[in-house]
Amino acid sequence: MKAMTILFSLDSNSLLNGAKSYESMIKNLVSEYNMSDVVEIIETGSFGFYGKGSVFQILPDDVYYIVNSTDELKEIFEEHVLKGRNVPKFLLDKEKLTLADISKLKETRIVLRNVGLIDPSSIEEYIGRDGYVALYKALKMKQTEIIDILKDSGLRGRGGAGFPTGLKWEMTLKSKNDRKYVLCNADEGEPGTFKDRLILEGDPHSVLEAMAIGGYAVGAQLGYIYIRGEYHNSIQKVQKAIDDAESAGLLGDHIFGSDFSFKISIRPGAGAYVVGDETALMESLEGKVGRPRLKPPYPTEYGLYGKPTLINNVETFANVPWIILNGSNAFKSYGTQRSKGTKVFSLIGNVNSKGVAELPLGSTLRELIYGFGGGIANGRNLKMVQTGGTAGTFVTPDKLDIPVDYESIKDGISLGSGAVLVIDDKNCAVDVAKKVARFYMHESCGKCTPCREGTRELYTLLDEISKGRGKTEYIERIKNLSQEIADTSFCGLGQSINMPILSLVDNFKDEFLGHIGASECPVGVCEFEKAKGKKQTVYKL
Amino acid sequence: MDKVQVLKERIREIESHQLEKGDMLLSALHATQELFDNSIPLEAAKAISDELDVKVERIYELATFYSMYSTKPRGKHLIRLCESLPCHVIEGPKITKKLKEILNVDFGQTTKDGLFTLETTSCLGICGVGPVMMIDDETYGNLTPEKIESIVQKYRGEES
Ligand SMILES: Cc1cc2nc3c(=O)[nH]c(=O)nc-3n(C[C@H](O)[C@H](O)[C@H](O)COP(=O)(O)O)c2cc1C
Ligand code: SF4
Ligand code: FES
Repeated sequence: MKAMTILFSLDSNSLLNGAKSYESMIKNLVSEYNMSDVVEIIETGSFGFYGKGSVFQILPDDVYYIVNSTDELKEIFEEHVLKGRNVPKFLLDKEKLTLADISKLKETRIVLRNVGLIDPSSIEEYIGRDGYVALYKALKMKQTEIIDILKDSGLRGRGGAGFPTGLKWEMTLKSKNDRKYVLCNADEGEPGTFKDRLILEGDPHSVLEAMAIGGYAVGAQLGYIYIRGEYHNSIQKVQKAIDDAESAGLLGDHIFGSDFSFKISIRPGAGAYVVGDETALMESLEGKVGRPRLKPPYPTEYGLYGKPTLINNVETFANVPWIILNGSNAFKSYGTQRSKGTKVFSLIGNVNSKGVAELPLGSTLRELIYGFGGGIANGRNLKMVQTGGTAGTFVTPDKLDIPVDYESIKDGISLGSGAVLVIDDKNCAVDVAKKVARFYMHESCGKCTPCREGTRELYTLLDEISKGRGKTEYIERIKNLSQEIADTSFCGLGQSINMPILSLVDNFKDEFLGHIGASECPVGVCEFEKAKGKKQTVYKL
Repeated sequence: MDKVQVLKERIREIESHQLEKGDMLLSALHATQELFDNSIPLEAAKAISDELDVKVERIYELATFYSMYSTKPRGKHLIRLCESLPCHVIEGPKITKKLKEILNVDFGQTTKDGLFTLETTSCLGICGVGPVMMIDDETYGNLTPEKIESIVQKYRGEES
């Protein structure tokens, strides 16, 4: 152990803030001053902070600095590293900023237990924190014992649908077939959600270990991780992890000298939101167009290549090794009566500090937005929050104190993917609705008519209103139409459209009406185009 | 060696990683785009069809379904601007306007010099530093109109 350790967070978000160049600069300085024996520089995942600038931590002093230029970095190096003095002006104010607030906020790290603490490219560091011990333990257990622990833990799917994980594993085990698959859904496409990316890039081995446990528990020898094609960084990090685990004998043939063999391969996506649906994902992996299949039969029975398949989300998997190691009771001690464990929330939009926080299920939007996020940006007022991703509901500020979990949808709050999008009062509800409708129209796979044609009509109606050409009856039509699409669509994409659209229209009806027969957008966002002959298309479809 | 030949060799290498039939097809299409101006032209589709034993029609179906593929040649650099709501509410429209202005194209079009094709994308999963865009495999965050200008300049500079 060297006298001083400097931790650089190199997840996708930090990289964009220039973390890599700061890291190389520090490395150069350290060798320039012949300090390589005393200072260690370690790359790690996210610290969960995404303000302006790049953050690093110095240990054992336990201080965090935030820098915005190489000059600032140089100053910190000269003062802190060379002379051992804090440089107060660049210190991350723990009182005001994210990191301190998380601890106030009972942040619980189950899924993110290693993210930001270890070098994700080092299998040794993962092993150093009990990595692959759960797999070792599991291989000594009966398949049903593992499944019983998961069932008892109450873990439910974190990919959006919330299906009980233990039950899914049990169903896959019970489907008899000599060939089965384990599939990890890493096609994270729900707008505003980036927790899977954070896990893949910050702690890839936790997912691999869980998939291997899953393979043993359900009787599968082959696992695939389907990663979004746009996630280049994640694909590279996971590939490195697979290679290292294979060389270490933790994946591949006869794991830990047992009879169990398990291989994992990555397959990249190619850009289609609907492929996040488990059956569409299987079609896509088979090299076909990614359109959803009819269910039942469910994947546990008829999945990839028609074989029984266990499919779970990245975050769901990342919980599994922890549960095997710590037991179901430890897991159940977090969360609410009906929703156990934690959720990784992504906080985004008009909030002071955006980022990711893992909190017990049942935490409130207020804790997230004002505790973790430091409130609304630029001194504006909160207008609404969209929870759960694009398919989630919009809620008004009076709902901030309701516990968010799998049951809170009865109060109008979706848990979904855990995205929490903060929207301030300079935004217009009609413009927001139009953006949502555009997303659905764009991502509809075209397989069924209500979704294909309905989303187009919905977009057109909202577009007309946003251009000042709306009529009062459009509003009823929008409501009825989104309900019809939801009732008659083939898959979860079309079926969810009523959630965002109805919650917007119901909560902001006056604002919608305010666009009709008016001379300008009441919020000053939409550009009205009443003038004849001046036809202008802002968006190309 | 002509490009089709290079592609065929590349596909054979990719096929060696195949575990089940079809599971490397999307990867083969990604590799094709790297060789053929960010697109999948007919000659390439035919080559894939021969090598992997799938119909050309199927390759076209895939190339038109998935947003990362194109059947038309695209510019040397592909700009994908995130147009999802989380980037939209934090000044996304300003970025859209600026990009269209300095490139002088609309979404789906290629600049006259063939250097850039401008496209939109759904959320790229880096909303923590939005608004964001990708140019080829590179991601750019915390975009402002000024930053857009210097980024585009950088790519233009590499040409001259
Ligand atoms: C349109 C649509 C998109 C989806 N996108 C995702 C996704 O990006 N990631 C994910 O894990 N699940 C997604 N799902 C849910 C999956 O179908 C499936 O329920 C999930 O992968 C199961 O894993 P879990 O039980 O661990 O949550 C989506 C579902 C639908 C209908
Ligand atoms: S609901 Fe939409 S996305 Fe789903 S199958 Fe129908 S057209 Fe495709
Ligand atoms: S919404 Fe733009 S990256 Fe997520």
